[in-house]
Amino acid sequence: MPFIPHTEEDIKAMLEAIGVASIENLFDEIPAALRGRGLPDTPPPLSEMEAARLMRERAEADGHYLNFIGAGAYEHHIPAAVWRIAARGEFHSAYTPYQAEASQGTLQVLYEYQTMMASLTEMDVANASLYDGASALAEAVLMAARAHKSAKRVLLPATVHPAYRKVVQTIVRNQGIELVGVPYAPDTGHVAPEALAPFAGQDFAALVVPQPNFFGVLEPVDELADWARANRMFTIAVVNPLALAILKPPGEWGNSGADIAVGDGQPLGIPLASGGPYFGFMACRKELVRQMPGRIVGRTVDVDGKPGYTLTLQAREQHIRRSKATSNICTNQGLMVTAATIYMALLGPQGLAQVARTCHANVLMLLGNLTAIEGVERAFSGPIFHEAVLRLKTPVAPVLRALQAQGILGGLNLAHDCPELGHALLVCATETKNEEDLMLYAGHLARIIGRRFRPAPCAIKPKP
Amino acid sequence: MLIFELSRRGRRNPTQAPAAVPEVSAIPESLRRSRPPLLPEVSELDAVRHYTALSQKNFSIDTHFYPLGSCTMKYNPRACDALAMLPQFLARHPAAPDDTGQGFLACMYELQETLKEVTGMAAVSLAPMAGAQGEFSGVAMIRAYHDSRGDAARTEMLVPDAAHGTNPASAVMCGYTAREIPTDRHGNVDLAALGAAVGSRTAGLMLTNPSTLGVFESAILDIEKIVHGAGGLLYYDGANLNAILGKVKPGDMGFDVIHLNLHKTFSTPHGGGGPGAGPVGVNAKLAPFLPLPLVALEKGGYRLLGERAAPLSIGRLSAHIGNAGVLLRAYVYVRLLGAQGMRRVGEFATLNANYLMAGLKKAGFEVAFPERRASHEFIVTLKRLKEETGVAAMDVAKRLLDKGFHAPTTYFPLLVAECLLIEPTETESKQTLDAFVAAMKEILAEARADPELVKKAPHTTPVRRLDDVRAARELDLVWNPAQGE
Repeated sequence: MPFIPHTEEDIKAMLEAIGVASIENLFDEIPAALRGRGLPDTPPPLSEMEAARLMRERAEADGHYLNFIGAGAYEHHIPAAVWRIAARGEFHSAYTPYQAEASQGTLQVLYEYQTMMASLTEMDVANASLYDGASALAEAVLMAARAHKSAKRVLLPATVHPAYRKVVQTIVRNQGIELVGVPYAPDTGHVAPEALAPFAGQDFAALVVPQPNFFGVLEPVDELADWARANRMFTIAVVNPLALAILKPPGEWGNSGADIAVGDGQPLGIPLASGGPYFGFMACRKELVRQMPGRIVGRTVDVDGKPGYTLTLQAREQHIRRSKATSNICTNQGLMVTAATIYMALLGPQGLAQVARTCHANVLMLLGNLTAIEGVERAFSGPIFHEAVLRLKTPVAPVLRALQAQGILGGLNLAHDCPELGHALLVCATETKNEEDLMLYAGHLARIIGRRFRPAPCAIKPKP
Repeated sequence: MLIFELSRRGRRNPTQAPAAVPEVSAIPESLRRSRPPLLPEVSELDAVRHYTALSQKNFSIDTHFYPLGSCTMKYNPRACDALAMLPQFLARHPAAPDDTGQGFLACMYELQETLKEVTGMAAVSLAPMAGAQGEFSGVAMIRAYHDSRGDAARTEMLVPDAAHGTNPASAVMCGYTAREIPTDRHGNVDLAALGAAVGSRTAGLMLTNPSTLGVFESAILDIEKIVHGAGGLLYYDGANLNAILGKVKPGDMGFDVIHLNLHKTFSTPHGGGGPGAGPVGVNAKLAPFLPLPLVALEKGGYRLLGERAAPLSIGRLSAHIGNAGVLLRAYVYVRLLGAQGMRRVGEFATLNANYLMAGLKKAGFEVAFPERRASHEFIVTLKRLKEETGVAAMDVAKRLLDKGFHAPTTYFPLLVAECLLIEPTETESKQTLDAFVAAMKEILAEARADPELVKKAPHTTPVRRLDDVRAARELDLVWNPAQGE
């Protein structure tokens, strides 16, 4: 019996001790009509060897591509030590550290993680994680509305990842919170401070500011944060934590910094894995800590005065406050945070900055190569981090299909999310790409587009 | 020692970062970071040794019996991890076209189908990333259903007082008022109180069955009639599905919507508090509202369905497809178990719980509902022990740590005084259960002979009892280099 250790002798002795004749008797309080319909359509068990064969075949069928898609999930090198350590059974098969004395390992990792995230964002405090970046933004919107008290509306610019906007809508819609869009400037690709003018002086709980935004473009964060503060709104930063190794952290935006910073922690050592598990992070000003959802770990001392770690501020949480909790969140993403903590420790401040700078340099090189192809241009003039929107002269879908046939995933087609941009494509290059990869993409794109509307093969800009 | 205290300025791991590249001149100065973040500068060996040492301060299923009630801490088979972490699965981008993920999507589709059959529901969505998100989705679907019928008067969600705290919290997140229903003296929902509470304001009832009291709601079919009779819907919290897996289906009990905790019943690792996965299942009338994306099999290929295919959906819960890697682990688990293996989960989880309950009774412990069968878990109440010796449930829990056992769930459910909620799971042997009973018996003797020994426990863990009041009052959530050790 898979993973059930009982021998026939054990079973007999156990039934005797209970005083029943068979296991079936233990279910006698369940109405007979409900019992034993069986699982005729569920397949019979596989041995580990058979399961391994099945899964290997399926994994191989999925193949491997040279990937230039970003859009909220980024391919980075993950040092071997990260998952070798995070996957240790003591981390892997432990649960939420309710019994602090038996969970000091997990608790100290979380305290170190909170410290790292607070420092990366330059915010006062961080929680022990949320599910992912999108749901973390939803929690931040709810938190801002709770803390603001009077306003139930939040400004959510069109430059926030479309999936994040959808998730926020799903989660806040039943609590009477209204999300109001803010357009982006069609030339720069970021929110123009003028676009906020119509909302000045109105009652909003928060302005959401993505950095970099969905288009890869950097928002004028100082102006936006100052505008929000001047209009008595919280600033909610949605940031890529890896980019913060080189970009101004939310705590330093404008004259007084953002109030809440959230994002997806995936770039910090978490594999792409078809979308998850990743983790969401949240950091905030210390005045807001009691409004923060999720687990929080604090350092304290034991009865002998020895330092130790424990879950704290639990009076915010559902298992204590029930219907009055700040959120229904219970489990978070502990294991992913363990991996991210190890990742940040291995990279250090310099290593993380080198990764970020290399991403930036690679995307500039990629854009240089691609825009040298006639009919390919940057859609926006705003500065970028490691991602950008390209505009083609023909529909994007067939181009991407042709690239895929060459083993290249050429980016995200924006036809569905941003039809106003025309034939637009969101491309990303991280530190995982080398010059050959970048040239290969440009070479294939030139050929594909050339074949489509120009007979002569087009020139590729020589390497800088 | 914190990782930051191991840090030495200038220590690097050149192997782990790309070669240094020039400054980022294309980013305006005003948008750049001016001083580096407080991250440690340590060698790879420093980091490996530090985090290995920290891991050794944890209790875990791999190292200790972990009878944490309502959490289903069963063995997490290594094959599930190894096969979910095949390189092609890890490398795939979530926005890659569906045709680059047919192997992965086949696993998702088959998992969806198996969960439908196991729960007896018409349709399943794998989208929710945890049990609480599953609850949120389930309640949001109930609301969407009533709204779609123009029935806006239903503002109350009924929740038994024994329920997990997430139930009322999820109801409130969907804009409902949570109304508590009391429990009768046998641990069942009080039918008279339920009958009096239902009405035109009832959106539904959220029920965990078997309940958190470790008993099966034997009047479930009456409950179903009462709630449906009032126009409400019936929500199944799958936290305790392990007790009846393969034996009884929530759909057959009349539930309209359910969520499952794959990190409990389907043995995906708890990871020190996540990631989990909380798929939701519904009957046909709620199917249009399922959260997105859904996995479909169309013309021989697997496809993710979005808003266009499901315009009435409550929407998306994550930026991508949810906790895909957790779902893959659960898929491997169901394949290893098969139909028979799943039925045995319920059977042996129940056998172990009843055996352990009998053993503890015999050792002199008082169980909360002695006249009832245990489901996969049961409650010991130490009210009398506390009156006699001053030793509380928390003291016994802490003393268990000294004896090499993780503590059961303490002080939950809230309605039983000085309670321990004990869930052994099916993967523990008779010998482990016997050793646990022996340890509990020792603690009982200690409580009578030397209560201070138990009240001051634990004595052998890396730290002893922590000052929780200080932790909350003098908040120290972030290390500051100035504070030192």
